[in-house]
Amino acid sequence: MNLFRVFRYGDYGDREAAAAGETKYDTRAEWPLWEVFIRSKAGLDHKHAGSLHAADAAMAVENARDVYTRRMEGVSIWVVESKYIHASDPADAEMLYDPAHDKIYRHPTFYNLPDELKHM
Amino acid sequence: MNQQLLFYTLQLADNALINGHRLSEWCGHGPVLEQDIAISNIALDHLGRARSLYQYAAELFNALPPEERSTVFNSPALQEKVQMGALLDEDDLAYLRDGWDFRNVLLVEQPNEDWAFTIARSFYFDVHNFYFFEALKSSTDKMLASIAEKSLKEIAYHLRWSSEWVIRLGDGTDESHQRMQNALNERWMFTGELNTPATFELNLQETGAPVDLGIVAPRWMQKVTEVITEATLKLPASTWMQQGGKNGVHSEHLGYVLAELQFMQRAYPDMEW
Amino acid sequence: MTEPSLQQQFDEKVASEIAIEPRDWMPDDYRKTLIRQISQHAHSEIVGMLPEGNWITRAPSLRRKAVLLAKVQDEGGHGLYLYSAAETLGISRDEMIEQLHSGKAKYSSIFNYPTLTWADMGAIGWLVDGAAIMNQVPLCRTSYGPYARAMVRVCKEESFHQRQGFEIMMTLANGTAVQKKMAQDALNRWWWPSIMMFGPPDADSPHTQQSMEWRIKRFTNDELRQKFIDVTVEQARLIGLTVPDPDLKWNEATGHYDYGKIDWEEFWNVVKGNGPCNKQRLETRKKAWENGAWVREAASAYAGKRRQRQQEKNAAAEAAAA
Repeated sequence: MNLFRVFRYGDYGDREAAAAGETKYDTRAEWPLWEVFIRSKAGLDHKHAGSLHAADAAMAVENARDVYTRRMEGVSIWVVESKYIHASDPADAEMLYDPAHDKIYRHPTFYNLPDELKHM
Repeated sequence: MNQQLLFYTLQLADNALINGHRLSEWCGHGPVLEQDIAISNIALDHLGRARSLYQYAAELFNALPPEERSTVFNSPALQEKVQMGALLDEDDLAYLRDGWDFRNVLLVEQPNEDWAFTIARSFYFDVHNFYFFEALKSSTDKMLASIAEKSLKEIAYHLRWSSEWVIRLGDGTDESHQRMQNALNERWMFTGELNTPATFELNLQETGAPVDLGIVAPRWMQKVTEVITEATLKLPASTWMQQGGKNGVHSEHLGYVLAELQFMQRAYPDMEW
Repeated sequence: MTEPSLQQQFDEKVASEIAIEPRDWMPDDYRKTLIRQISQHAHSEIVGMLPEGNWITRAPSLRRKAVLLAKVQDEGGHGLYLYSAAETLGISRDEMIEQLHSGKAKYSSIFNYPTLTWADMGAIGWLVDGAAIMNQVPLCRTSYGPYARAMVRVCKEESFHQRQGFEIMMTLANGTAVQKKMAQDALNRWWWPSIMMFGPPDADSPHTQQSMEWRIKRFTNDELRQKFIDVTVEQARLIGLTVPDPDLKWNEATGHYDYGKIDWEEFWNVVKGNGPCNKQRLETRKKAWENGAWVREAASAYAGKRRQRQQEKNAAAEAAAA
């Protein structure tokens, strides 16, 4: 029996380290998976819209246009092959994100100023 | 002269409708989900253009003198409407004319067969459409010029899509190469008609409304050659070119297309849907 | 970190409505349940393209033709969003498709019924999409992030589907005698299958309890079914059509409609493959997939060649520079 490693979403960038399990299903014939980012109008960031399959980057852009902008959702498209996405590990979440919690002085609402003060 | 312009507009409308209809047959049956969606988008573009053109054709028809209106089309259903004094609309033109009153080129009514045949048909037609509508933008007929302006954006995308598929299949696997070459060869005999003017086109020439096909033809050939070469394919050998669609003489396929397309309007006439 | 504490963290997150994301730890059964449910949902969208796709080439006006084509195409899009959501759980789309074709994965039984007249396009949009929306709106808050996001997109697009269906029914109901008859006939055929779409009664729904706890599901089958019946009966009345259930009557005490007995034997038979179109639908899907194999291979081969040519070009350029 042939065993193929499966990679779970977001593991792609860490191929060596993060095989999530094994399956007997061969996915090598499948067109690769791409992540699609859409800018909904000029001046805004590209935002993750979803994913799709395409044989190459040019096709991925066109497929994204046909799949994710049918209702005027976008003016610009980015695609990146999913395997190139590196993600932070959820197990590191406390270490990475919790230390920001006690730095409330970074937020403007931390400062108590008189209501009469304008334009600040 | 207005009757000639009506035929001219109808020819463009019929091309768009029949081609869109053929492409829409793929919906739900495409080789991969993403391309199923892509080809339906293209079909929708053609249907949209067909509607604009039929609406304009209906205007042109309704403005004809009464005696012309009752003889322009062979369809008894349309003649009856005219005799009752009704004005025609886009649906009357699409659903109540029989094949001999349809003026689309033979190419677009050819069956889908497989992905290669569909791509071959689309590619030949899209190249033509692109240069044709580019020229139609400067038509002296304001309505046709404005429809051309809007359509050209979609058509540019169709052309890119079908050209890329010709290249992908031509330069893909041995099997796809052969299939693509075969499909291009088989559909080649329907391409001559694209750039051969019908009588109504020649009659209109001096009004400046129609496109000069003499300008479109060499551009068509150049682009087709360019893409086929990049696809590592061979330009099909010159052959006898089929004609007739623009004058209502079609292949057997159109009859079946219309039987399906017009079924509801024929079985349940004169109703709102 | 030990297994129980991961489980606890997961439970706490779900209980406090924090979305579970692809790389988060999750119980194997949660993952399996999601893969089963999302892929089944995706397959339903794809197989669901077929009964309506039947009528794209026969739509009675140019406007209807364009709307129907756009709608069926949307269903393809919905299938795609859902397959993508399932792929985040570690299954490939090809594998899911293989499960559909082998009969291992199911899809909604409603699509095993035939579309016989134009009015069926109205009935499907109104009833089938209506029932689907009823099911899907709560899924926009389902606990698994990618599934919830896919459903938000689906629901946004789906509301046009139900409206166009109802518009078709309304036009027919206000039309000639034969059109009205056509509309009623479609309602008669689609009513019961539609209310079966919510799945078996709660007592016979083995997965409901666990799915509710995991916040994958938010309402039980029977709750959603009741809600659907309550709103749809009123809509039918509005356009003068009769819901084909002689036992249907308003119950003042419960504030809901009481309805007649559902033929669950028919339901289970259609699920098992004995519906009027099960074979046909699956064969059509398989044929499309098999006929497309050489096309997909060609595109992969071409992409590979292009990559290689680019690498050779880069190598040559580097060599020249050195």
